[in-house]
Amino acid sequence: MTDTYNTPPEGSPHTGRTQARDFILQATDIKKSFGGVHALKGASMTMRRGEITALIGDNGAGKSTMVRCLSGIHRPDSGTIVLDGKTVTFENPVAAIKQGIETVQQNLALVEDLTVWQNFFLGREKTHGFGPFRTLDRKLMKSTAGDLLKNLAVNVPPVTSRVRRLSGGQRQAVAIARAAGWGSKIVIMDEPTAALGVQETARVEGVINSLRDSGVAVLLISHNFDQVMRLSDHVWVMRAGMAVAERRTAETSGDELVALITGARAA
Amino acid sequence: MTTTEHTRPGPLQTIGAHARQLSFWAENAAPIGLVALVIVFSILSPTFLTLGNIKAMLVAAAILVILAIGQTFVITTGGIDLSISATMTFGAIGFGLAFSNGFGFWLSAIMAVVAALIIGLINGLLIAKGKVTDFIATLGTLSVATGLALIVSDGKPITVFSPELLTLTSGAIGIFGFPIILAAVIAVLAWFFMFRTRFGLHVQAVGGNEESAVANGVSAVKIRMAVYLISAGLAGIAALLLVARVGAAEPAINTQFLLNSIAAVVLGGVSLTGGKAKIVGPVIGALLLTALTNGLTLLGVSQFYQPLAVGLVVVLAALLTRFQKK
Repeated sequence: MTDTYNTPPEGSPHTGRTQARDFILQATDIKKSFGGVHALKGASMTMRRGEITALIGDNGAGKSTMVRCLSGIHRPDSGTIVLDGKTVTFENPVAAIKQGIETVQQNLALVEDLTVWQNFFLGREKTHGFGPFRTLDRKLMKSTAGDLLKNLAVNVPPVTSRVRRLSGGQRQAVAIARAAGWGSKIVIMDEPTAALGVQETARVEGVINSLRDSGVAVLLISHNFDQVMRLSDHVWVMRAGMAVAERRTAETSGDELVALITGARAA
Repeated sequence: MTTTEHTRPGPLQTIGAHARQLSFWAENAAPIGLVALVIVFSILSPTFLTLGNIKAMLVAAAILVILAIGQTFVITTGGIDLSISATMTFGAIGFGLAFSNGFGFWLSAIMAVVAALIIGLINGLLIAKGKVTDFIATLGTLSVATGLALIVSDGKPITVFSPELLTLTSGAIGIFGFPIILAAVIAVLAWFFMFRTRFGLHVQAVGGNEESAVANGVSAVKIRMAVYLISAGLAGIAALLLVARVGAAEPAINTQFLLNSIAAVVLGGVSLTGGKAKIVGPVIGALLLTALTNGLTLLGVSQFYQPLAVGLVVVLAALLTRFQKK
């Protein structure tokens, strides 16, 4: 049986029948070691425009390292990342953000003591005035944050409430809305619903879907196969530092994914 | 109908309901403590609430208010500046040396601030770039600044006769002496920068959750450098008031100012773990500590009891902060 989505262990990612220009992201032969530990041994993966791409794999398979390379936290030892047709390198997370890759960290990167709108604009505040007396444009930031939240979230917390007072799902919604609010090309989400209950998970999944519908490509890291099957359009499977297989979500099953992850089924 | 009226609380009842919660007392420890002290002392001593004494208290509070504001910026980032009073001493000696060498008031004043900023720069480099624990770094610069002040002054006070300093210490508008007006201007500026500018937001963010702040592009290194420079710069300005009050630049250690500056911040409801900024609280905390010392002196209580009283108040305030709302 020929598998058009399969990736050979070495070389550039096999693109199947997809044209290169349809990829928003192509990571090729990414290697990253920490001391003697080879976390990524030449992993390659792709993401398509306007799709939710899931990245799955067992603990220690290299998912987190891959994501950290894409979001600029780690610098790969070798390999290339092509974003929207351009080869890019990220010195730091801010560089990745500037190029259009936003990451919703597992810890959400929110400051609990600050309000929702302050968190929303942290690091890219809107100001007016000149010189040292440049003041925060609080009105603009509050209304913008409120609008972005309203567009995405079902359950909107007031933008003047402190993040400490929000529920887990509300925090997640705030973090996602913030990542989506900057005209970003890719939003990476690491286990977005790991800490949430059933209802909040459903709400956050709604947020992720509306994000995709607005044209943003989403990279979803999840342990939850049901969620991957529900949300994603395309799945990449990682095992032992390699991206070993890819599938269209519509053409695979949870059982097959489990088999790919454990290695019970060769890619 | 009567039940609905009961469920709708008036403003007084709302305050009453709040007052039954410990968090209310914890959040407002400084203003409540200040009002309580004023009531107690004005009953015990007829001179306490006279205009003359209020004016004297406000002038005496100015140095502590300024130091407490500097300390607030550092503590909001989750750090602490133990060198703040030694920096003030070093600034005072810088002023004294410059002035006695004929630099004139304004140049000498700039020298005081520059001397203080050097200590702040060392603090900032050690803590922000060198990743030395704030406690150890500023404990070290406390000793360094004290030593330097002793060395360059040869251990002797430098007497200063300057008409400008005289104006600074004795001038007044109504009951507000120039020192407390200077402190008030600094407090307003501090409030503005803390709560209305990008810088202040970043100070709170770094103190609240440094990892998250950095992930959002905030430079924790720059912010930490800045708060130790602010703390030192304000210590340099406080040094002018100190020289003006004493009439000389003394290489004294001024430990009481260090303890009281931290005490004022704690009384003001600022969490030592950082992230929660307050400016009005520490200012009121500084006023409270000054009123406490002043009142005890008026009552003829021995000087020996004053550190004890300050210590008790601070420990009580620190206990109360445990009940602050998260």
